[in-house]
Amino acid sequence: MLEVPVIRWGKSYESLAKEEVVHFETGETLASVHQANAGLVNVDMRHAGKAREILRQFSVDELMKKCAEAADYYLNAELPLGDGTQTPEDFCRIQSATTGLPEQMCSANMKKNAFVLSNMPAMLDALTRGLPLDILSRGYGMEDRGVMVSYQANSPVMGLVLPSNSPGVHTLWIPAIPLQIGLVLKPGSQEPWTPYRMFEAFAKAGVPREAFSIYPGGHDVGPAVMDGCERSMIFGGTQTIEMYKGDPRVQVHGPGFSKFILGDDVVDQWENYLDLMVDSVLINGGRSCINCSGIWASRHGKEIAEALAQKMGPVEPLPMTDPAAPLAAFTVEGAAKAIHEQIEDKLKEGNATEVTEKYRQGERLVEEDRYGFLKPTVVYCPDADSNLANTEYMFPFVSVVECPEKEMIKRIGSTLVCTAITENEKFQQQLVDSTNIDRLNIGEVRTNAMNWLQPHEGNLIDFLFRARAFQNSPPPAH
Amino acid sequence: MTVTDELQTKVQEAQEKLDAHTRECVQWHFNPETGCPFWLNKAKEFDFNPLTDVNCFEDLKKFPLFEDEWLRGGPVRRWLPKGLEGRPTYVFETGGTTGIPKSRVVVDDFRIDYEMFSETLPDEFFPEGGNWLMLGPSGPRRLRLAVEHLAQIRGGISFCVDLDPRWVVKLIKRGKIQEVKEYSNHVIDQAMTILSAGHEIKCMFTTPKLLEALALRLMDEGSSIAESGIKGIFCGGTEFTPQWYRFAREELLGEDVYITPTYGNTLMGLACGKPFTQEDNYKITYYAPQPRAVIEVVDFDDHKKILEYGETGRVKLYTLTNELFIPGFLERDEGEREEPHEKYPWGGVSGVRPYHIFAKTTTVGVY
Repeated sequence: MLEVPVIRWGKSYESLAKEEVVHFETGETLASVHQANAGLVNVDMRHAGKAREILRQFSVDELMKKCAEAADYYLNAELPLGDGTQTPEDFCRIQSATTGLPEQMCSANMKKNAFVLSNMPAMLDALTRGLPLDILSRGYGMEDRGVMVSYQANSPVMGLVLPSNSPGVHTLWIPAIPLQIGLVLKPGSQEPWTPYRMFEAFAKAGVPREAFSIYPGGHDVGPAVMDGCERSMIFGGTQTIEMYKGDPRVQVHGPGFSKFILGDDVVDQWENYLDLMVDSVLINGGRSCINCSGIWASRHGKEIAEALAQKMGPVEPLPMTDPAAPLAAFTVEGAAKAIHEQIEDKLKEGNATEVTEKYRQGERLVEEDRYGFLKPTVVYCPDADSNLANTEYMFPFVSVVECPEKEMIKRIGSTLVCTAITENEKFQQQLVDSTNIDRLNIGEVRTNAMNWLQPHEGNLIDFLFRARAFQNSPPPAH
Repeated sequence: MTVTDELQTKVQEAQEKLDAHTRECVQWHFNPETGCPFWLNKAKEFDFNPLTDVNCFEDLKKFPLFEDEWLRGGPVRRWLPKGLEGRPTYVFETGGTTGIPKSRVVVDDFRIDYEMFSETLPDEFFPEGGNWLMLGPSGPRRLRLAVEHLAQIRGGISFCVDLDPRWVVKLIKRGKIQEVKEYSNHVIDQAMTILSAGHEIKCMFTTPKLLEALALRLMDEGSSIAESGIKGIFCGGTEFTPQWYRFAREELLGEDVYITPTYGNTLMGLACGKPFTQEDNYKITYYAPQPRAVIEVVDFDDHKKILEYGETGRVKLYTLTNELFIPGFLERDEGEREEPHEKYPWGGVSGVRPYHIFAKTTTVGVY
C-alpha cells in the first residue's frame, strides 16, 4: 500500500494523521494519504514569498520549456509517488478506482493536461494578448509599440482547493508555474493523484520542488489554504460560490449550468444538431461543468427530447476498464440514490416529464453496496418555469426547455458555456452582450469542446497580476 | 505480585469505591430532604425505587438516558439539591447560539474539579504564583471562572479576554469568513496586549485554534510563545489530536513550553490525559475524574454495552457529585476504549473526535 506524504515547499512531511483512500468497488485500501492540519499550512504560508523568488531564477521561456518536458514525463514516465512509483497506467487505474471515472476518461484527462503543459507558449501568448512575458517576470517593460506597461503579481503563490470527482479541472492551475507563481494545492480526498504526479513531473523537468506545497487534509485545510494565499481557486457547489462571491482574492468554480440554444431561424432543422447535442451532454460521463445540462428551443421541444432519449436512453454502465465505458460511478455511498430521489420528487411535483424511461433498460438508478450509477436522463420541460428547467447533476442529465427566443437569454440564468445555433445577427449580438454567459460558442461547437487559448471563467493573468502605472522617466509635457 | 496484578487490584479497589460513591450519591439525590426537585419528580416515573434498587454503579443502567434537553430553560433551581439550598449558586450555560441554552447550576463543583486537575499539573511548567492568561470563552461559561480559580489556588491571578463564541458560530453559519478572521484577530489583540503589559504571565488556558493564532501572531512580530514568558499551557477541545500536538510542540512551542490536553464539558467536569510520548505516536488518552464522573465507551447502537478495549464507540458519561446527578448521557463524541492506567485505574478513552453522525453538521468556532 502506498504511503503518500504531505509536501511542504517541496519537502515530504509524514503526518500522524492519515486517511485511507479505498477502491470504490471493493473497498480495498489503495493508499494511506498523510493529512496536513490547518496550523501547518498557516506556518508554511509565512514563507510563501520564497516560492516565487525561486521560480524567478528561471526565465518564463525556460519554465515553459520545462513545462513541455514535464508534459512528456506526466504522460509517459514512471514517476515517484510517496514511498513507491507510478506508471501512467497505474495512474489511470488508481484514479479510476478512487473517483469512479472510467479509465479511458482518466487517460483522456491526462492527455488534456499534457496538451496544456506542452502548449504553454501559445496559451500564455493568448492569455496575455501578446505581452512580452519577461514583463510579468521583471514587473515592467516596454512593449513593441513603445508603451511602458507594468504588471505586479498579486500573490507569490496560488492556492487551489481541488475537487475529488473532476480530474479535468487541473488544466486551470498548470500555467501558474511558467508565470513564476508557486502552487499550494489542497487535493480532493479521492483524487490526490494528479497534483502529486504533476509535482513529480515538474520536478523531474527541473522545476524547483520548493515552489510546491501539497496539503491533503480535512475541512480546516481548505480554508487555511485560501486564507494564506492572496489568490486562490476553489471548486465547489452553489453554496461555495455564494460564500466567496465578490471576493477578489478567490476565483470560484462551481456548477456550470451549461446550455445549448437553438435560435428560431434554425430550430425547425433541429435534427441536424442532434449529435452535437448528445455529445455535449454525454462526453466525459456528463460529469463536467462544461457538459450541457439544458437545451433551449422555442418549439419542437418534445421531439428533441424524444430523439435525445432514443440516443442516450440505452447507454448502460460498463466496467471501469472497458475502453468504451460511458458513465462514471458515484463513489460516495448513497449519493446516486439521493440524486435519483431528488429527480423523482421534482418530476412528481412539477410539470416536467421524463422521456428516457422507455428507451432505458431498467431503472435510472443502479445501486451497489458501496457505489451507484445514474443512467442518462432526458426530461422535457414545457416552459422555463418548470422546476427542472435549470438543474445540473453530475451525470448525463439534460432538460429540454421550451421558451420563446426573446426570453431565452434572460431565462437561462447563469451559464458557464453556451453554444448557440443561430444565423440571426441580432440574436447573436444579444448573446455576445449578455453577461450571464461566460464562454460563448456561436456555431456548431460542443459545449465541452474547449479551446485552451481562451480564458476560462476569468483570465488567469488578470487574476494573478495587476496592471498598474510605472514610469522611469518624466511623462511628456502636457 | 506482578505489575498486572497490582493494576488489577487497583482496578478492583476503584470499582468498589465507585460503587460506594454511587450508593451515596443516589441516596443524596433521591432523598426528599436533600435531592433536587427535578429528580424527585422524575423518580415518580420510574418502575424502580432508586433508594432501594440502586446499590452499585452498574445499577445506574436502570435509569433512562439523561437528555440534555431537560437542562434548557427555568426555573434552574429545580436542579439545585435541597441539601445545598442557601449556598451561593452559579449558573453556567452551554450552547445557546440560537434558542435557549442548556444550563447547569453549580455551587462548588467547578472549584473541586479544577482543584483536582491542579494536582496533575507539573509545578515546573505551571509555577506557584505564576499569573495566567485565560484565552478562551467569556460570558456565562464555566471555563472562565474555573480557570480563574485554578490560577488562584496555584497562587496566581488570571487575566481574561472578551470572547463571545456564540457570535462566532453565527458568523460562520452566515458564511462571514472575513468577519470571523477579524473577530479572531480582535481576541488575539487582547491577548497580545495582556502579554505585553508586564503582567508576568507564565501559564495559559486556551484552545488549539487560539493557540495557533497567538503563536503565529507572536511569530510575525519576531517573538514566540516561549519568549513571551509562557511556560505551561492547558488546552482543551477535540481538535487536540496527536498530529496537532506534535505540530504544536515542533513548530509553535518548542521544547521549553509544556502543553497538556484535557477533555471536558460543563456537565462532566474535566478528564485528565495520560502522559503521552512520541513512541506512542502521541496517542491522547483521557480518564474521567472517578468517582465524581465516569466515562464509558459504548456500542453505537446499544449504549448499555461497554466495548472491549481498543474498540470504537460513543462516549457516554456519568456525573455523580452532590450537585449534579447524570446517570448516563451520550456525548457528541466518539473514540476508542482504553485500558486502565496505574494513575487512573479505570477505563479511558482515546482518539476523541466528534461523533461521525453529528460531525457533518457541527460548527467548530473560533475557540
